[in-house]
Amino acid sequence: MAMTARQQRYARLAMPWLTLAVLLIAWELACLVFDVPEIVAPRPSQVFAVMVQRWDLLVRFCLETLWTTMIGFVLAIGFGLLLGLAIGASPFVYAGLYPLLIAFNAIPKVAIVPILMIWLGIGALPAIITAFVISFFPIVVNVATGLATIEPEMRDLMRSLGASNYEILTKVGIPRAMPYLFASLKVAATLAFVGSVLSETVGGNRGIGFLMLSASARNDSATTFAGLFAIAIMGVAVYAACALVERRMTRWAFRGELVR
Amino acid sequence: MTAPQTAPGASPPLVELNAVSLAYGEGREATLALADATMKIGQGEFVAVVGPSGCGKSTLMKLVTGLIPPTSGEVKVRGERVTRPIKGVGMAFQNATLLPWRTTRDNIMLPLEVVQPHKSRLRAERAAYFDKAQKLLASVGLGEFGDKYPWQLSGGMQQRSNVCRALIHEPQILMLDEPFGALDAFTREELWGIMQALWLERRFTAVLVTHDLREAVYLADTVYVMSRRPGRIVKIRKVDLPRPRTLETTFQAEFVDIVHELRERIQMEHG
Ligand SMILES: Nc1ncnc2c1ncn2[C@@H]1O[C@H](COP(=O)(O)OP(=O)(O)O)[C@@H](O)[C@H]1O
Ligand SMILES: [Mg+2]
Repeated sequence: MAMTARQQRYARLAMPWLTLAVLLIAWELACLVFDVPEIVAPRPSQVFAVMVQRWDLLVRFCLETLWTTMIGFVLAIGFGLLLGLAIGASPFVYAGLYPLLIAFNAIPKVAIVPILMIWLGIGALPAIITAFVISFFPIVVNVATGLATIEPEMRDLMRSLGASNYEILTKVGIPRAMPYLFASLKVAATLAFVGSVLSETVGGNRGIGFLMLSASARNDSATTFAGLFAIAIMGVAVYAACALVERRMTRWAFRGELVR
Repeated sequence: MTAPQTAPGASPPLVELNAVSLAYGEGREATLALADATMKIGQGEFVAVVGPSGCGKSTLMKLVTGLIPPTSGEVKVRGERVTRPIKGVGMAFQNATLLPWRTTRDNIMLPLEVVQPHKSRLRAERAAYFDKAQKLLASVGLGEFGDKYPWQLSGGMQQRSNVCRALIHEPQILMLDEPFGALDAFTREELWGIMQALWLERRFTAVLVTHDLREAVYLADTVYVMSRRPGRIVKIRKVDLPRPRTLETTFQAEFVDIVHELRERIQMEHG
């Protein structure tokens, strides 16, 4: 039975939801069949019940995590963009900073959270900084790559017109780096969540990470899983928002590829 | 201002290369790309440079425009020694390098945003410059494509836009580095005609690098043949065929003879 193009498109849109439904049903059935105690793995229906029951609480903790994540993410965009432009535009900055950045990126970020806490105490700040620190790296790398891949012919052409380095950067480099920037935002946003939840879980008194930690200390696994679901939902939502912005801002990059 | 060292009546060449050599890299790593090149290009002359690939043709272009300094010898433009990128040049490469986020018209107007005096006038006289761009587009048959993006154009149309971008600021010297190299034969021959018409109208000085001998003979007043790397100029051939030349011309005996003569010289390089 052949599908029309339209049916195919609907089918594609429905696929992730179908997969999710199948997974949840399998999980539910497995718990029932093997009689898994709730404390080990709650059934999805129990998790959803808790989500509805404790909706207000969940939303409050989610919002705390969301805004620390977003502040860290926005800082990462600003700082990452500037650093990426500097590294991509100047071989000297590249030579000086790139090795350090690689080394810094190799440090497991869990290791810096206790240090941040010594310095800043508990609260929103360590979470913001962790989110920032973990998410700026892909932005820097992508922006620098975008700049570094300017065609040499284009550079020669601009130079032969008497363009300054600043003009080459603003007229060719930055617009060219934009699709790379937006592509990195999807990855960076998800990483920012990892960062803030990490910080909340290692030590803190706020956010969804803290909620999960305290729920698990009370053996309330349904609430712990509810927190997990909430993080996943926020992550997907932010990812989708970034993908949408990417599409809007750099339409030329997408259309160009489709035609070629 | 007149150059005192030239005899009365004879105008000094616009571009002069005296025993110019260029090596990329340093020490043991150095590769000699161009050796001992001497040429004189007159104002308004159309010059073609042919030679095997890798013989230093693109290097020659970069030397003339001052994008790279020679390792030895000297390059003079308008009687002055070239030490940095010279003014009044337009360039077009094989790879059209149109900016994909700009429309075709905005692409060809790019030089106006960079080159004086247009740069400071552009804002105030936007409409006049817009017309100018539109006329230039129309003259290469792209009048209706100004609002299209580069990827909506065929390869031949992209190269025509590329040539427009190289000419919009009315440069005295036009550098063409295999601009038609990636096109099919029909499109290429069509563009020869367009290129010649632009030149007849504006009379800029043109340097065309190509590996197509028919293209060289069709367009040029003088053809320079280069040897294999390190490139040396091994033959200079004047082409005195009347203009405008047409595709008919390319089948005439004189035309074919010149092409054969050049081909024989190049084959010696490969032998
Ligand atoms: N930036 C560069 N660095 C090192 N070698 C180069 C560079 N550009 C060109 N060359 C070398 O110089 C020679 C001449 O190059 P080029 O002028 O581009 O030749 P053509 O345009 O005639 O094909 C080639 O052998 C090439 O490998
Ligand atoms: Mg070349």
